[in-house]
Amino acid sequence: MPDKLKLAYFLSGGCGGCDMAIIDLSETLIDLLLHLEVVFWVPTITDTKYKDLEAIPDRFIDLGLYSGMVRLQEHEYIAKMMRRKCKVLVAYGACAALGGIPGLGNMHTREEILKTAYFDTSSTDNPEGLTPQTRCVVSGKYELTLPEFYGHVRTLQDVVDVDYFIGGCPPHHSFVRQAIPVLLFEKLPAPGSWITSGKAVCDVCDRNPVKKGEERQLIREIKRTLEGAPDEGKCLLQEGYLCLGPVTQGDCGSLCPKVNIPCMGCGGPIPGVRDFGLRAISAIAGLLSSEELVDQIPSPVKYFYRYSLPASMLRKKLGKV
Amino acid sequence: MRVWVPNIVVFACNWCTYQGADLAGSLRYSYPPSIKIIRVPCSGRIEPEFIVTALKTGADGVFIGGCHPGECHHKEGNYKAVLRFNLLKRVLKMMGVETGRLRLEWISGSDGKRFADIMTEFDKAVQKLGPNPLRSDVNA
Amino acid sequence: MPKTGVYICHCGENIAGSVQIKELKNHAECLPGVTAVRDHAFLCSEQGQALIKQDIKDGLVDRVVVAACTPRTHEPVFRKTLADGGLNKFLLEMSNIRDQNSWAHWQDPKGATAKAKRLVASAVAKAVLLEPLQDRFIDVRGSALVIGAGISGMFAALDIADMGFKVYLVEKNPSIGGNMAKLDKTFPANDCAACILTPIMARVITHPNIEVLTYSEVESVDGSIGNFVVKVRKKQTYVDWNKCKGCGDCVNACPVTVPDEFNECLSSRKAIYIQFALAQPRKAVLDVASCVNCANRTFGTKPVKDFKTGGPVLAHCEKACKTGACDRSVRYNPEGEIMAINVGVIITAAGFKVMDKTPFREYSPQSPNVITSMQVERILSPTGPTEGEFKRPSDGTRPKTVAFISCVGSRDKSYHSYCSKVCCMYMLKEARQIKEKHPDTNVYIFFVDVRAGGMDFEEYYAYCRDLGIKVIRGRVGAVDELAGDRLRVRAYDVDMSAPVELESDLVVLATAIEPAPGLEDLSRRLGITCGSEGFLKELHTKLYPVETSVRGIYIAGCVQAPKDIPESVSQARAAASAAAVPLTTGRVVVEPLISEVDTDKCSGCGICIPLCPYSSISMLQQGEKLRARIDEALCAGCGICTAACPSRAITLHGFTTAQIEAQIEALTVVESGTFA
Repeated sequence: MPDKLKLAYFLSGGCGGCDMAIIDLSETLIDLLLHLEVVFWVPTITDTKYKDLEAIPDRFIDLGLYSGMVRLQEHEYIAKMMRRKCKVLVAYGACAALGGIPGLGNMHTREEILKTAYFDTSSTDNPEGLTPQTRCVVSGKYELTLPEFYGHVRTLQDVVDVDYFIGGCPPHHSFVRQAIPVLLFEKLPAPGSWITSGKAVCDVCDRNPVKKGEERQLIREIKRTLEGAPDEGKCLLQEGYLCLGPVTQGDCGSLCPKVNIPCMGCGGPIPGVRDFGLRAISAIAGLLSSEELVDQIPSPVKYFYRYSLPASMLRKKLGKV
Repeated sequence: MRVWVPNIVVFACNWCTYQGADLAGSLRYSYPPSIKIIRVPCSGRIEPEFIVTALKTGADGVFIGGCHPGECHHKEGNYKAVLRFNLLKRVLKMMGVETGRLRLEWISGSDGKRFADIMTEFDKAVQKLGPNPLRSDVNA
Repeated sequence: MPKTGVYICHCGENIAGSVQIKELKNHAECLPGVTAVRDHAFLCSEQGQALIKQDIKDGLVDRVVVAACTPRTHEPVFRKTLADGGLNKFLLEMSNIRDQNSWAHWQDPKGATAKAKRLVASAVAKAVLLEPLQDRFIDVRGSALVIGAGISGMFAALDIADMGFKVYLVEKNPSIGGNMAKLDKTFPANDCAACILTPIMARVITHPNIEVLTYSEVESVDGSIGNFVVKVRKKQTYVDWNKCKGCGDCVNACPVTVPDEFNECLSSRKAIYIQFALAQPRKAVLDVASCVNCANRTFGTKPVKDFKTGGPVLAHCEKACKTGACDRSVRYNPEGEIMAINVGVIITAAGFKVMDKTPFREYSPQSPNVITSMQVERILSPTGPTEGEFKRPSDGTRPKTVAFISCVGSRDKSYHSYCSKVCCMYMLKEARQIKEKHPDTNVYIFFVDVRAGGMDFEEYYAYCRDLGIKVIRGRVGAVDELAGDRLRVRAYDVDMSAPVELESDLVVLATAIEPAPGLEDLSRRLGITCGSEGFLKELHTKLYPVETSVRGIYIAGCVQAPKDIPESVSQARAAASAAAVPLTTGRVVVEPLISEVDTDKCSGCGICIPLCPYSSISMLQQGEKLRARIDEALCAGCGICTAACPSRAITLHGFTTAQIEAQIEALTVVESGTFA
C-alpha cells in the first residue's frame, strides 16, 4: 500500500460547523481514513501544538483544509504556516472563502465591537473595565500574550494564496463527500478555482418556475421569512422572499428552499462573479416591479453580503472621512 | 501649487445622454473636462460592478445618464437602471460611501444645455466632497 | 496581444484647436498594445482613410482606434474603411475627442488635452478586447399575416397581395368590413361608406393572393421576423361554409331573436344569422349560445322519425336549408379548428370599439332615447334598424330636437385622458345629415371645443353652422328624463358665461374610441407593448410610426390610436410598404451587437426572461436541463439581461463586461484624480 496522504485541518475564526460536515461523512470518512493520515486537526480533533506544525517540513502535507475567517494574529500566523506546509491549500467553507457570517463585523470598527462585547451588553459583568490586551504581566513576573484582534475580518485569500475554494455554511456533507476525493485523488482544476458544480441553486431547485414551464414573474412585494408562509412549490423569490438562489452555488442541493427558507447565499458566488452582493443587487433589483420596493428591503448590506462582505469589492464599511 | 481636480466617469446611454453630450459640444456649451463618458447601449446595461469599480479605481464621482421615463429606446432599460442604482446607493450608503458621488439623471438627446448644466453642477458637488476615499491608493 | 493602431483626426481646427495633437500622440504611443499612431487633418477624407487601410494591409495593426468625432455619425464610415482594408469592421473603437471634448472644452486646451489622453486610453483598452463579429442574415418567408379586416387591414392586405405575396387576412367577425361597414356617410365629402367600402371588400375576397379567414382569431404567435409561426383558431360556425350559399333561408326560418350587435342592439337578429346585408363572405353562422335546438336537434344526434310522415324531424334551419349546409347530425367541435400558418411579417389592424353609454350615469343612460353616436349612425343608415328613417328608439317618432354631447369618456381623466379625434367631425356630419334631410329639426351640439383640423374640415364646420346647427361651447352637466320621453339637457355655456337648459327628444353621446376588446391579450401574444391607454405602441412616434418593438410586426389604423378613415388607410398602406421591405429583399440583417447565452454557464434560473423588453429569451432543453436562449432576430442589444445574469452566462457583444471595465480602469486608474 502506498504512503497515506497527509491531511491538515485548521479551524480559525469559525464555529466548527465545517468540522461537523466532515464528521457527517460517517462511513465514507472511515473509508477515507484508510488512505489518510491526519497530521494536524486543530483544535477539534488532534492534540497537536503549533510548534509541531512548525516542525513539519515544507510541502510535506498533501492537503490542507482551512476553515474560518482571519481576524486574529493567530489566524494569520497559522494560515501562513499551513501555506508553507501544504501542497494544496483549500479555503474550506464560507468563512475561509468569503469571510462568512463573522465577516459582517466589517460593518463595525474594532472599537465598536470591543465596546459592545466588554461593556454594553446587558450580560456583561466587567466592573474594572478590562479589555483584551496583547500582553500582560501576571504577579509581576509571568508574561502572558494574546493574539492581536485585527481591525477587520479578512478571507484566507487576503492573507495567503489559496488553491481552491469550497463554499457553504457549512458545506453540505453530500458535497464534501464528492469534493474531498476530488481534491485527494483526481486531476485538479486550475489553481484558484472553486470546487463546485458551477450552477446556481435554481438549477437544482424544484420551485424554479421555468422548470415547470412557467414564465418567471416580477416581484410585487417584499416579504420577510417571518411573514406568512410561502405557497407550496412556488418560487420564493417570485413570492417576494428575496431568495438568493439564482446567485448562489447550488452544491447544497437547494437545501433551504426545500424547507420554505429562502437561500441566504452561503454557497458563494457562481464562478466568474467577482462580488456576490453586487451580482445579487443587479439580478434582483431589475425584477422588482416598482421603485418603492427598493426601500422595503431590510438592511440590504447584511442581506446581500450575509456571507461575503470581506470578499466583496468594498470589504468593509468605510470610516468617517 | 498642485490643485486637485476631480475625475468623473459618466455612463451614457447611446440613445439619449450620449447624444445630449454630442449636442452640448456642437453648441459649444462648456462643462468641466473632469467629465469622461463611456458609451453604453442602454442604461439597463450598467452593472453595479461598473460603478463600484470606477469608485475603487479612482473615480471621484460616477454619473448615469438614461432616457426620460417612458422614452427608453429599449422600453424598460431605464427603469431597470434606476432600480439597480437606487438599491446600490442604499448599500453604498450603509457602507459609508458618500452618495453625493453618485448620480442618475434622465437626459435626452435634445438636452444639450441641460447636459452641460448638470455636468457643471455635478463636478462642483464632487469637488466639494473632495478626493474619493474609496480610491484603492488611499484605502489600501 | 492585438496590435492596435490609433488614428487621431485634427478635424481641421475643430480638434487640433484645443487638443495638443503631438502630446496626445506621444501619450498614445506608450499605451499597451499600440503599434501605430498617426494623425491627419481630416481622417474621414479619402487620404485619411487610406492611412488606416494601408496599415491594415501592411499587417501593422489589427485593431483600430479612431480618435475623432462622434461614432453616432462616423462609425459607419470607419467601419467601412476597416472592411475595405480587409479587417473585420467590428474591430473598430471610436474615441469621441471632438463633440465630447474639444468642442466642449474649447476654452481649456490643457484640460481638453488631458481628457483626450484618457479618452484615447479608454478606447485602446476596449479595442484590445474587441472580437471580430459577423452580420447575420435571416431568410424571410414571402407571406404576411394581417390581423383585422377593417378598412386598415383590408388595404394593408391588398397592397401586399398586389406586390405578389401571399396574405392571410384574419377577422374575428363572420364578415370583413370592420367598423366602417356600420357607418352611413363619411366626412368630409359625405360619400356613402358602403359605396366606397364594398368594392374594396369585393377586391379582398376575390384576390388570388389573399386567403380570408373570417370568424377566426389569432391563438398564438411564435418565432420572429422572417418566420413567424401563427396558430389561428377558426371558430365554429355550425354551418358548412363549403355548402352555404348565403341565401338566408335558414335565417328567415329561425324562431329565436337576440339583439343585433351590428345594429348596436337597436334591432334584433336571429340565432342563426348573416352578419349584415353586404357581408363578405356572405355565409351564415350559428350563435350556439342563443340556439334553442328546435325539435331537440342538438348537434351530433340523428333525427327521430316523424310518426306521421315517417320522415326525419328537423330543426327549422335545417328544414329551410336547400344546400345541406345546416346539418345538425354533424358533431361539430365547439372549439373550432386550429390552423397553423407560417408568415414572414405581421400587420396588426385589430381596430377599435366605441365606448358603451352605461357608465355615464349623469346622462340617463337608462333612457332608450339617449344613444351613442354609433347607434345614430345605424339609425341614419339605409341598412339600419329604421332603414334610414330618422326615428327615435322609444316610440319610433321623428325627433324635433336633437342634442349631441361631445367628449363623452374622452378628454376626461375619469375615463380616457386622450382625445378620440374623430368625434367632432362625425358629430357635425351626423347633425348635418339630420338637418339636411329634415330642416325643421333643432340640432344642438355641445362641444368642449371644436377640433376640425384637416383638409376641408374647417369649411365643413362652417357649412354646418350656416345650415343652422346650433353649437354651444360647454360641458353638459346632466341629462334628465322628463314625462313624454323628453329629455332635459343642462349645460354651462362658456361663451355666454351662463347655464343653459333645453329639452330634447333625442340625445346622442359621442362616446370615446377605445382599444378593441381583447387587444391586450393579442398584444401579449405578439409580444408587443400596449401604451397606458391600451392601444398598441409604435416603435417611435415620429420616425417609426408603423413599426413596433418586435421586428417584423407592424401596426395600422385605430389599433394604435383613434384615427379617421383617410389616416387609417394611409397608415395601412405605410405599414404594407414597411412590411414589404423584408418581404421583397427576402432577408434581414441581424446586427451582431446583441446578447448571447453561454449555455455551459447558464444555471437556468430564468431571471433574464421577464427582463427582456423584446421577449427574445426562452428556455430550451439541453440534456436534462433547461437553458436560456436568445433569439437573435428579436434581440436588440440593450444588455439588460447581461447586466442581470447571476451566472455571468450572457455576453453582450460589443459591450462586454470586460470591455467596459477596461474602459473604466483606463479612465480612472494610475493618476486617479488628475493634478493640474
